[in-house]
Amino acid sequence: MARTPADLVGAQPDPPFEITFDGRSVTALPGQTVAAALWGAGILAWRTTREGGRPRGAFCGIGQCYDCLATVNGEPNRRACLVPARPGDAITTQEGHGHDRLAV
Amino acid sequence: MTASPSEPYDLAVVGAGSAGLAGAVTASELGLSVALLDSSTQSGGQFYRHPAPALGAVRPEALHHDWSAFSDLRRRLGASTVDHLTGHHVWSFIRESGGSGGSGGSGEPEESGGSGADGESWTVHAITGADGTEERPVRIRARALLLATGAYERQLPFPGWTLPGVVGAGGAQAMLKSGLVLPGRRIVVAGSGPLLLAVASSLAAAGARVPAVVEAAGYLRYARSPRALATNPAKAAEALVHGAALLRHRVRVLPRSAVTEVHGTDRVEAVTVSRLDGDWTPVPGTGRRIACDALAVGHGLVPQIELATAVGCATRALPDGTLGLALSEFQETSVAGLWAAGETGGVGGAGLARTEGELAGRAIAARLRGRRADPAPDRGVRPGRVGELRRRRDRMRAFADVMSAAHAPGPGWPAWLEDETDVCRCEEVTAGRVREAVTDLGARDARTVKLLTRAGMGWCQGRMCGTAVACLAARDGAPEPPAERRPFAVPVPLATLAALDEPTVEQTP
Repeated sequence: MARTPADLVGAQPDPPFEITFDGRSVTALPGQTVAAALWGAGILAWRTTREGGRPRGAFCGIGQCYDCLATVNGEPNRRACLVPARPGDAITTQEGHGHDRLAV
Repeated sequence: MTASPSEPYDLAVVGAGSAGLAGAVTASELGLSVALLDSSTQSGGQFYRHPAPALGAVRPEALHHDWSAFSDLRRRLGASTVDHLTGHHVWSFIRESGGSGGSGGSGEPEESGGSGADGESWTVHAITGADGTEERPVRIRARALLLATGAYERQLPFPGWTLPGVVGAGGAQAMLKSGLVLPGRRIVVAGSGPLLLAVASSLAAAGARVPAVVEAAGYLRYARSPRALATNPAKAAEALVHGAALLRHRVRVLPRSAVTEVHGTDRVEAVTVSRLDGDWTPVPGTGRRIACDALAVGHGLVPQIELATAVGCATRALPDGTLGLALSEFQETSVAGLWAAGETGGVGGAGLARTEGELAGRAIAARLRGRRADPAPDRGVRPGRVGELRRRRDRMRAFADVMSAAHAPGPGWPAWLEDETDVCRCEEVTAGRVREAVTDLGARDARTVKLLTRAGMGWCQGRMCGTAVACLAARDGAPEPPAERRPFAVPVPLATLAALDEPTVEQTP
């Protein structure tokens, strides 16, 4: 009986790499999205809401709900469930409205 | 917009899932030039979502039902001349008339030779990149369009559903299929619809403990339509495969029940499951707590049709209260030159989507060539193929309607809500504020509730809360399906709009 998703599909991934989440090191596999890498490390929340300051993370998993918005390498409002993780990515919790890049 | 001297594609297909793939390869094999646009970097859509090559999955089929149907379409795509444009998020399409004074997007169906035959074409606008943030907007012109944008999950709110660890059932499935990850170790699967069984069996196969599948409907409603069941043995077999997997993993299925509360402070620690009566109203005193660290929840699927409704396509109400596109016998929408296939016409699964995609591909090829779609034995098309596709489509559509009716939300579900439960996740609008807009301020529909409370005004454009707001606004009456009418199907940077009159990257055949 398979014990992990990787066992189930017989995954033989390319070598893993490191990203950071709020400064903490997280191991990601090539081909994973930012959200998948964070889930893989047991992290489920990477945004706080602008009214209640409540924690949020991936919900719909397919880019529709925008709950998983994260700040990736300083850029806010990136959908973590769609953005591929890259070696050295710095993911930070997106707090509040995420309006710090309004330039047209 | 400046006229482009370049040739349009014969056909642009939006969406590279089962329907879009089948439509694109069919049309291409019949000699059309085809652009296939999809937001993902890989084909397959949501059903055949699979790990990126770098994850080295030797057995991707372990996470799928009927993988060979997809690998066949993928092989044909690879062998075809279709331009597969990955990472393209279509935000709008517009019908443009050519030089011959065509009807210019009036939306009136035309009897013959409609689109393409008199110089009309469509312009498809897309933003690019994994999440649409690359600064390279693209426009594509095509003589005909096939919309195959699939569906997204319907959600109904309940206390605690915004807590991290509560994820869409389809979302958990998608993250597993593409990223090989799970949201927790003990995952309750809840909501309504056949997807729940598939999700539970794949989560369990991937190593999660699934303490329960909580289904709000009773499965007995299927038995009211013996004919649709008997003529769709493949669907029954699929259910049996999932049922057997659940037995093997000792997963309990709790029908006529719902998760009515999630417990935990910063993440899920447990859920309360209550029995429901026939209206989906929780039966007092039946709540029991199930320990878990994640909840995968969903209440069926909603056709993703906003690109079509934006250009005036007619819709039809489906038995589960959602809207699908109204389509002709040959998959054409009420707007000539725009076809649709798969879940956009009503949720029915990958097999139906493939059938409709092929049917649409054949119909479009016939239209652009100025001949009837059925039959076309003189072009090397197998005699009777179109008739066979239509019969198969009708049979599977009948089953889809049974399924849709069996899992339609009961009118009692709002009894799950407390006043402080968030209904709109984006704008953090509570059930109490929505009810106040309805009872004190007189709102009678979702649009008025939105204007009064901001429910449905956030990033997701009402996709997550639309069903719930419509139900609450209708009070005791039948809720109107949320009007899927949005000028842009996805958020578009202002810079992209500002640059519309400038020459942009135009992809041509």
